Amino acid sequence: MQDAPQNAFKEEAYELLSELEDSLLELEEQPDDHDTVSKVFRAMHTIKGSGAMFGFTTISEFTHEVETVFDLVRNGELPVSKQLVDLSLKARDHILSLLDCEAEEQEQYAAQGAELVVRFQALAGGVSAPAEVVATTIVEVQKDAHKDDATTYRIRFRPARDIMHNGTSIAQLLDELAELGTCRTIAHKTNIRALDELDPEGCYASWDIILTSDCGEDAIRDVFIFVEDDCELIIKAIDIGDDDDGMDRKRLGDILIERGEISQAEIDEVLAKNKRIGDLLVEAQLVSRDQVDSALLEQQEIRKLKEKKKEKSQSASSLRVPADKLDDLVNLVGEMVTVKSRLSQVANLSHDAELLSIAEEVERLTEDLRDSTLNIRMLPIGSTFSKFKRLVRDISADLGKEVELKTTGADTELDKTVIEQLNDPLIHIIRNSMDHGIEMPDDRVAAGKSRSGQVHLSAQHSGDSVIIKITDDGKGMDSEVIRQKAISKGIIGADEQLTHNDILNLVFAPGFSTAQQVTGLSGRGVGMDVVKRAIESLRGSITLESEKGQGSVVSLRIPLTLAIIESLLVQIGDGRYVLPLSTVEECVELTAKDIRDAHGRNLARVRGHLIPYVPLREEFAIDGKLPTVQQIVITQINGQQLGFVVDNVIGEHQTVIKSLGPMYRDVQCVSGATILGDGSVALILDIVYLMQKASEDGRMQRVENE
Amino acid sequence: MAKTILAVDDSKSILQMVSFTLKGAGYQVIEASNGQEGLAAAQRQKVDLVLTDLNMPVMDGLTMVQRLRAIPACKFTPILMLTTEAGADFKAKGKAAGLTGWLVKPFDPQKLLGVVKKVLG
Repeated sequence: MQDAPQNAFKEEAYELLSELEDSLLELEEQPDDHDTVSKVFRAMHTIKGSGAMFGFTTISEFTHEVETVFDLVRNGELPVSKQLVDLSLKARDHILSLLDCEAEEQEQYAAQGAELVVRFQALAGGVSAPAEVVATTIVEVQKDAHKDDATTYRIRFRPARDIMHNGTSIAQLLDELAELGTCRTIAHKTNIRALDELDPEGCYASWDIILTSDCGEDAIRDVFIFVEDDCELIIKAIDIGDDDDGMDRKRLGDILIERGEISQAEIDEVLAKNKRIGDLLVEAQLVSRDQVDSALLEQQEIRKLKEKKKEKSQSASSLRVPADKLDDLVNLVGEMVTVKSRLSQVANLSHDAELLSIAEEVERLTEDLRDSTLNIRMLPIGSTFSKFKRLVRDISADLGKEVELKTTGADTELDKTVIEQLNDPLIHIIRNSMDHGIEMPDDRVAAGKSRSGQVHLSAQHSGDSVIIKITDDGKGMDSEVIRQKAISKGIIGADEQLTHNDILNLVFAPGFSTAQQVTGLSGRGVGMDVVKRAIESLRGSITLESEKGQGSVVSLRIPLTLAIIESLLVQIGDGRYVLPLSTVEECVELTAKDIRDAHGRNLARVRGHLIPYVPLREEFAIDGKLPTVQQIVITQINGQQLGFVVDNVIGEHQTVIKSLGPMYRDVQCVSGATILGDGSVALILDIVYLMQKASEDGRMQRVENE
Repeated sequence: MAKTILAVDDSKSILQMVSFTLKGAGYQVIEASNGQEGLAAAQRQKVDLVLTDLNMPVMDGLTMVQRLRAIPACKFTPILMLTTEAGADFKAKGKAAGLTGWLVKPFDPQKLLGVVKKVLG
């Protein structure tokens, strides 16, 4: 009989070791699999614990070393390496040898064991504690609350008065419950008697416990297994409600009614007054303060659970795919969109009803396919944001300033390539804010501000764009200083009258730098003009607002994606051109009479406003007969309006952007090309550049002089 | 300080197994082979938990539980019974006698330790 428990342990250990081998091999293939790491850890832990229990001290002590290393792995402090897996497999074989031999023979493996221990300790980086004599009992795997199928239970526990006479400890029960998950407990004390009527051995209190656990109801009942006949026990999974019901959380009143503590009629009566319902109900003595507190607790717990649920659905099972595979997919979808246009065109010309319906179907599917595909490439911008935390930390140390970086909207999604290309401009803007904007701590205090400055990075969706704002509460920009600087650099004339905003936007002009001296940070030969160009190459725009002494705001508007855009297809002469739809405001007619009335000034009157326009025929030197009625496509960027005169507006078009070859690198008025349904090529106009050019030609100024 | 557990059973092998398991987990174990011996042991020194068989010569388990509850020092001591069945009938009788809980035979050492830990904390 003496050996029976030992044999039981051996059997268990053999099983665990075989499992362990599988797990380790699995781990080699999937080093990031947390579940497998936990499995390995648990196996080691059990062998260690049971080994000690049944007198297998050598095994227990050895396993302790391995377990320590896997504890580090489990906590993410040590990566799973091939070396670790190799070593662990050796350790597993070593434990097996120890199990197989008699206690007296274990000596022969001592050297091998010691060597393995040293190597494990080396892996753990010397932080491993020396093997302690373990007297652990059973394996207690800490249950993480809010795991996958965590459910929230409402447990009402009303023990019989004499419950303690059986040696039951209520505190013990509650502790045990707490081990199952996240536990919030409210004691109902209303029934506790005054001291002179109190039986010191009796139990007068009852408890409401809100427990969030993934253990299931049976595990909870198990806690009460010895007392379930001596108490009133109600365990009910709380219905946290459907996420789609629009209601954010259950109301306190509803919870109390559901618990049968009060009726709807009573609540309605009390609600007629205008106070928090909990206070009212207590005041009216319909329920006790404890009951309300308990219901409030449940409300909070539900809210938490819902939040978790939301988070979970966001991080729903994901799949890693190499980025270039995705790019291929997007390219294919692009081709598909092109073919779709062609199909639609052919179908329209054929007047074949059946073909038309097929074409329509393909069109619809292609649009869905395009949207889904582009969606795949969307990434939360947060990954970039977190990098800036480090940047801000380092720069503030360099500058001797105290700067705090706040970020909001980290979950805003943008196309992967866009996020990558935003990195450098954002770094530059943040550097600028910290270098020029935020003052030294003492200056800040003198100006009545907090010692540490704040840089706020925020992202939010706005239509088909994302708006990224970099706000600082530094000293802001002095428009007079900027003006003087611009004059001295010859960017503007000395007598030019500019608005506050226009002056601020001068910092984007090439060759402008406000830094008095070249510092290690801002003066890296990259001015704000480069930032502006980078943003514009993403078809985005940048604006600057600043108030002297109050700080500055740099706003970037970035389109969601670069690969495929909605656009307006127009015709000039025989050629077709594409304007990004996001910049287009409206189209108006331009008759020969209008042109005569304008006396050659290229200004159109639209609902009382004068809008300058660029005749693209002239701009591109296209000959040919003018149509009697031309069209002006009015675009707006950064609050500036400009019309482009074209022969004809064909309509909306899904444009798959193709870059032009290196031969056309110097052509600035065109940002790319696209293939139309009939196979011909249309050029994509660079509205930003054309607008800038018009402004340099003096066209934009004329409006203000008018 | 290590908790003291009083193990009462007339079967030597079970007693040995229980005792081995509990000692391995760091508890102090006092062994007794029937209710009478168990009662005497509990009167001699303070115990934190009693584990007892039901059917034993000299004095059976339930009687011992009743007597133990009458000793002031044992009034709130948890008492677990190792039993082959835990029907409603047994539970009612056990509770009436002052039993805290039970463990159904056969059980493995892990389960024993689990229940002991549940009661002792």
